[in-house]
Amino acid sequence: MKTVIQRLTEAFGPSGFETEVTDLIKTMVKDHVDEIRTDVMGNLIAIKRGQENGKTIMFAAHTDEIGVIVTHIDDQGFLRFSNVGGVGISTLVGNRVRFASGAIGVIYQEKGDWKELNLDKLYIDLGADNKEEAQKLVSVGEFGIFHREFTDLGNRLIAKSMDDRVGCAVLVEALKKLEKPLNTLYFVFTTQEEVGLRGARTSAYGLEPDLGIALDVTLTGDMPEARRMEVSLGKGAAIKVKDSSLLVHPKVKELLIDLAEKNSIPYQMEVLDAGGTDAGAIHLTKAGIPSGAISIPTRYVHSPSEMVDVRDVQACVDLVVALAGTDLGGVV
Amino acid sequence: MDVKQFFRTLSEASGISGYEQEVAEPIKEACLWADEIRTDKLGNVIMLKKGQGAKGRPKIMLAAHMDEIGLIITKIEKDGFLRFSTVGGFDQRVLLGQEVIVHGKAQLTGIIGAKPPHVQTQGEQNQAVKLEDLFIDVGYDTVGQVQELVRIGDLATIKREVVDLQGSLMAGKAFDDRAGVAAIFECFKVLTELKHEADVYGVATVQEEVGLRGAVTSTYGIVPDLGIAIDVGFGDQPGLPESDTIKLSQGPGVAIGPHVHPKVYERMVETAKEWNINYSVDPSPSPGGTDAYAIQVTRAGVATILLSIPLRYMHTPIETLDYEDVKRTGKLMALFIAGLDNEFVEGLTCF
Amino acid sequence: MLLARLTEVCGAPGQEGEVRDLIRSEIAPHADEIKTDALGNLLAIKNANAPGPRVMLAAHMDEVALMIVGIESNGYLKFRPIGGVDPRVLVAKTVVVGSKKVNGVIGSKPIHLQRPEERQRALTIQELLIDIGAKSKEEAERLVKLGDIAYFTTKYEEFGHNKVKAKALDDRVGCALAIRLFQEEVTFPLIAAFTVQEEVGLRGAGVAAYQIEPDIALILEGTTASDVPETKEHKHATSVGKGPAITVMDRATIPHPPLVRELFRIAKEENIPVQVRRTNTGGTDAGRIQLTKEGAKVATIAVPCRYIHSPVSVMSQDDFDGVYQLVKNYLRRLQEREG
Repeated sequence: MKTVIQRLTEAFGPSGFETEVTDLIKTMVKDHVDEIRTDVMGNLIAIKRGQENGKTIMFAAHTDEIGVIVTHIDDQGFLRFSNVGGVGISTLVGNRVRFASGAIGVIYQEKGDWKELNLDKLYIDLGADNKEEAQKLVSVGEFGIFHREFTDLGNRLIAKSMDDRVGCAVLVEALKKLEKPLNTLYFVFTTQEEVGLRGARTSAYGLEPDLGIALDVTLTGDMPEARRMEVSLGKGAAIKVKDSSLLVHPKVKELLIDLAEKNSIPYQMEVLDAGGTDAGAIHLTKAGIPSGAISIPTRYVHSPSEMVDVRDVQACVDLVVALAGTDLGGVV
Repeated sequence: MDVKQFFRTLSEASGISGYEQEVAEPIKEACLWADEIRTDKLGNVIMLKKGQGAKGRPKIMLAAHMDEIGLIITKIEKDGFLRFSTVGGFDQRVLLGQEVIVHGKAQLTGIIGAKPPHVQTQGEQNQAVKLEDLFIDVGYDTVGQVQELVRIGDLATIKREVVDLQGSLMAGKAFDDRAGVAAIFECFKVLTELKHEADVYGVATVQEEVGLRGAVTSTYGIVPDLGIAIDVGFGDQPGLPESDTIKLSQGPGVAIGPHVHPKVYERMVETAKEWNINYSVDPSPSPGGTDAYAIQVTRAGVATILLSIPLRYMHTPIETLDYEDVKRTGKLMALFIAGLDNEFVEGLTCF
Repeated sequence: MLLARLTEVCGAPGQEGEVRDLIRSEIAPHADEIKTDALGNLLAIKNANAPGPRVMLAAHMDEVALMIVGIESNGYLKFRPIGGVDPRVLVAKTVVVGSKKVNGVIGSKPIHLQRPEERQRALTIQELLIDIGAKSKEEAERLVKLGDIAYFTTKYEEFGHNKVKAKALDDRVGCALAIRLFQEEVTFPLIAAFTVQEEVGLRGAGVAAYQIEPDIALILEGTTASDVPETKEHKHATSVGKGPAITVMDRATIPHPPLVRELFRIAKEENIPVQVRRTNTGGTDAGRIQLTKEGAKVATIAVPCRYIHSPVSVMSQDDFDGVYQLVKNYLRRLQEREG
């Protein structure tokens, strides 16, 4: 599983340009599914057929990551840029970016006060001598990502884009374990989540599942002077109660708790004040789809060093597998 | 049936967004006028009163939300105090000193407390207590006792009985928007004495307070020709400019703005004038914030209108209204519906 | 001239009637079918059931304006913006109010009576009133109703080097372009959608797309240009006179990357100067259209306009022609490929 996480987190996939990631996932899962395709928004949809008396479940994990968009190249070859998705200003100075061409640059700031720092005062240095040289590497309007390698600390792993490649990894691992599930499963590796849950919306419309479950990261409260939040690294899969996009259907929440209890899967409850997941888009599709989310506790979300605990990831895989085989009668 | 009495019951029931079951049940039981009642996948209660018109009858949707804002437990402190966050928009200043019900394994009584004033600094005393500094005291002494009864993600509601003020004014919690649900009932009640061609779908929607979510999905399922959202509007009260409010005891506000179909507005106002029902014009340059906004853009688009019941002190546990306004709103809708036919509804897509 | 007439009619969000009627009369001779829906979107359709991709051209009809929300006892009118308007641009402008088109002015305290520090502070919307010359509430109420709309009165005029000034260039330029481009000879289904309520949250476009089910949608817009003094070059969203602005990302959408690449390629081959819209703020109808049902391929092509959302905006006729040429060439190539 660590290898899967490493390969996925080191891939290039800013929102809207996720093909490298979806292609990679396709090679990982194609032998384990009955059908696989992409749609107009670029979502990768892998289908595992269940038994006749089963229901349909859509599992969604997003393939895109936050990044930058180049807005200007000046005469000296420095780039100005804006954000793709929610980028924290404090994570940027001294950080590196990578573009589709492989070009790498460092972000730095104009002179001035830290407190007044904003995106307009930052630039990217590609090491180019002038505009012409920079233009050979990138063009205005091009998207880049934050460049950082995967690090294995034992139980804990650090990488960029754990949000949400670790969710993708959970689905990839679950797919490998599933033989003949009761329910028909739509594993959707969605696009453009970071800019507004967009891929999930159109794919859910097309699939119209009975139940929607997002696999995504959630914040934790177990660091020094952190936000007051009960989720901790290493305490298991987080079963979502709410975030700003979704109030989990009470029956779905109870079902997930029951499954975790019955299968001795470590779990914790998650109440997230800010942020949303693909389930937010799924549950409002058509006449409504009961939805929930299984979250991977993650520290330092939206920084280039997002940290997860591999035991939590395993718990999420187990919960997905358990749900895939569960009779959903009475729930949806 | 005494709808006003039913409205009290509704107000006192607990039904935070996403958890409306306790409100949904009495609504389903009490709605004697419907030919069919169903609950959809997100929990919207859909009550259909069939019209007398021939097949291909117009479909009218009345939407009022039954959810209320509330509290959600985020942490259990070592000494058993509960930390919480909100579901929907609460002014944290109204929370201090409220009695609450914590909906854990059992219903627990709780008090919202904070650090007492005499141990606060002068500076702190001049500030409102922040939400994160408030806690719920459920009266147990150890964290173990509390953990057996309460789990992270459990909900809490304000405990409040309805109070009668002078005349037909009333105060209580969750009038936003159980008053709208009561107005739908009042409308059904009047409709039984009238002839109406159209099928009328009364919908008690869910999850309005967190983003009009129930209206999105219920409208998709019903596919109405015309949607009327009934919500509460800012009543006149000290400190608010006249142009931002509607007057209590003067009937519903009839909104005019991008989220209101011009022909529906005209007809609604004509109906009010014809039957001498008071109303206020409610100009709404920035639509949003009510189910009308969601209904309008569903599927291929729905002609919508918004009626607002004047309400003081919105999103506090002492929301205040004049019940006569609820009745007027119901009556106006019933008379409006009785006057509808296919020709009018078909005209709504002709610009 | 079509653009002149389009900018001089009035259409606040939800009250696009004048604009719709003008467009309908212009486009009807070229359409197989014209439809409106419950929100007031106007759809002009040709080759509805023909094979080939369903192509949607979209432009919004509405403009920012002011809504009357109160009539004061002395006959002055209180108002609020409908759509995004910076209150600072409103001071000392003329407007017409309501269906009777009553003239009005937005007054402020004379400079002589202001304290120096007062002049430093921006006037808020609450401090501004429309004066129609009525002496009492009763007199004002005979002319104006609550909910009536006040519009800017700017006349269309060509000036400078190929420049145009007018109100509501955002998005009557798109309307004018869609009317012209709809006349292209194609055999695939082509739908021009003139949408409502874009300025209050992209409200009409999703509803229109739900009915049209486009495979490809081209959104024609007037977009913000900030090529003015005191603005650093890297903050210029677009520049007037440098050609059509193509969006690669805004708050509502990341347009379909292959479609965007194709537009840049065509521009290069046809020698049409184009620019990347260099900000990721703002949003257009593309955001709704892209996510309707199972999704569509979308691109936004815009005429850069200075001072949008104010009583007077400025554009270049060369940019306008550039958008026309670019989209025309796109449609012709699509016809060759798919027709």
